[in-house]
Amino acid sequence: MSENLIQVENLTKHYGSVRAVDGISFDVKSSQVVGFLGPNGAGKSTTMKILSCYIGPTGGRARVAGFDVLEKPLEARRRIGYLPENNPIYDDMTALEYLEFVAAVRDIPSATRAARLSEISTLCGLEGVLGKPVGELSKGFRQRLGLAQAMAHDPDILLMDEPTSGLDPNQIVEIRSLIREIGQRKTVILSTHILPEVQATCDRAIIIHEGKIVADGTLEELRRREQGNRYRVVVEGPTPDEARDRVRSLEGVLGIEASSSDGACTLEVTASAEGDLRRPIFRLAVDRGWTLLELRRDAATLEDVFRKLTRE
Amino acid sequence: MKNVLIIACRELRSFFNSPVAYIVLTVYLLLAGYLYFTQLFLGREAEMRGLFELTPLLFVFFVPAVTMRLIAEERRAGTLEVLLTLPLTDWQVVLGKFLGALGLLAVGIGLTLAYPFTVSKLGDLDGGAVLGGYLGLLFLGATYAAIGVMASSFAKNQVVAFIIALGICFALFLAGKLVGVMPRAIAPIVDYLSLDSHFQSIARGVIDTRDLVYYASISGACLFVAQQSLASRQWKG
Repeated sequence: MSENLIQVENLTKHYGSVRAVDGISFDVKSSQVVGFLGPNGAGKSTTMKILSCYIGPTGGRARVAGFDVLEKPLEARRRIGYLPENNPIYDDMTALEYLEFVAAVRDIPSATRAARLSEISTLCGLEGVLGKPVGELSKGFRQRLGLAQAMAHDPDILLMDEPTSGLDPNQIVEIRSLIREIGQRKTVILSTHILPEVQATCDRAIIIHEGKIVADGTLEELRRREQGNRYRVVVEGPTPDEARDRVRSLEGVLGIEASSSDGACTLEVTASAEGDLRRPIFRLAVDRGWTLLELRRDAATLEDVFRKLTRE
Repeated sequence: MKNVLIIACRELRSFFNSPVAYIVLTVYLLLAGYLYFTQLFLGREAEMRGLFELTPLLFVFFVPAVTMRLIAEERRAGTLEVLLTLPLTDWQVVLGKFLGALGLLAVGIGLTLAYPFTVSKLGDLDGGAVLGGYLGLLFLGATYAAIGVMASSFAKNQVVAFIIALGICFALFLAGKLVGVMPRAIAPIVDYLSLDSHFQSIARGVIDTRDLVYYASISGACLFVAQQSLASRQWKG
């Protein structure tokens, strides 16, 4: 399946005079893990709530698996698994009762229901706690139960709103690896304001700020596009001034800083995202007879990109 | 319909998983039993009218206590977001919750069946009137429950839901008692609106379509408002 499972066109949501979501558009293909990234209050949760058919948009359209969230909400909901922010679950039920309730509403045939529930509990690591009341579960197990709820009907699309908030580092690693595993077969959108989470789990990031999409692409693309490349060069032989002037004349160099220490000359080069400066630099060094001690290319980190895009 | 029943069952189970059901049922049975039997022994007549006369007032307090959490608590805890993103219509959610509450009331009303059973051992009991009275109690409970569901759908907080429902139920109850002092022009309207006057005829064993229409229309209107109140999340800011 290569069709777009999620299509969002010019989506807007106003709360009173506040524009929580302000004309965003994006498509998501199947079997993609997309990170919805933004500072708190950027409109991530609102978008998730619209996609899950909980609230309606003020303007624009959103289609899930081809079904409009306003016109065919039931069809859309059948194809979505949704884990809301803070993962609310009925505290007075046991984990198993809760999953059975969800399975019944989700119309999982009673003949296969028990098998499906035990499969999903194994996948989410819930076997030991099924008989416990939800109120007594630890946060990690609670989150797993929320995931199990969202995946009970084997949906094509999983929406997760801050799936790792409030977990301890070990639990975070476990939940992330679970998400990665699921993402190989499903389309996953997860919202977060934690950057390493996106780096650890997502193929693609959509950065949203004040209700607008400010960047959208694979992690690699984002880093390059927004910041270009940085090179660190250490050579022996030329004076810092000579080295700086020679390197500056190479194509694509935007800025350069030179310093010298221990007889070697260190250059910090900023270059445009296109092309690779490592080869020309190496050839330059060979031609001039410099000794190349170090040559390294760094992409801008996602943190740099995120801060730059969302600081205004 | 299947989904309505799934929700109703979940609500019923949740009532009995928490102390609410036991407290409400115990207090209701204690109060109803005490008030009814003191009157019965004074009246020295084997009849159930006493119970049917006090229940409308008791229900004014007990039904809102049962219904207050239905939607308000889910909204507070956030589980409403899970429930309303499952493939359920808003109507199924509202009706399911209404039926769940009605189920608990039916248990409470059912437990009082011990009274007519006891009384029938003491003297001659009019079976038809008892049957009619119990039907009337169910209709009355359903109407109060619909009002309670509506109040719970407005409120973010159980206490607020309780007070709104109690206010509306009490006003409808009181209307019947005040007909006598109302100006002649509006007395019939007030009389029609009062729960009491419709209940009295059923409690006498007379099942009149007009009374049924009354209960059904009040319940239907309240449930409609509750459904609209849930649906308003779609457009409200």
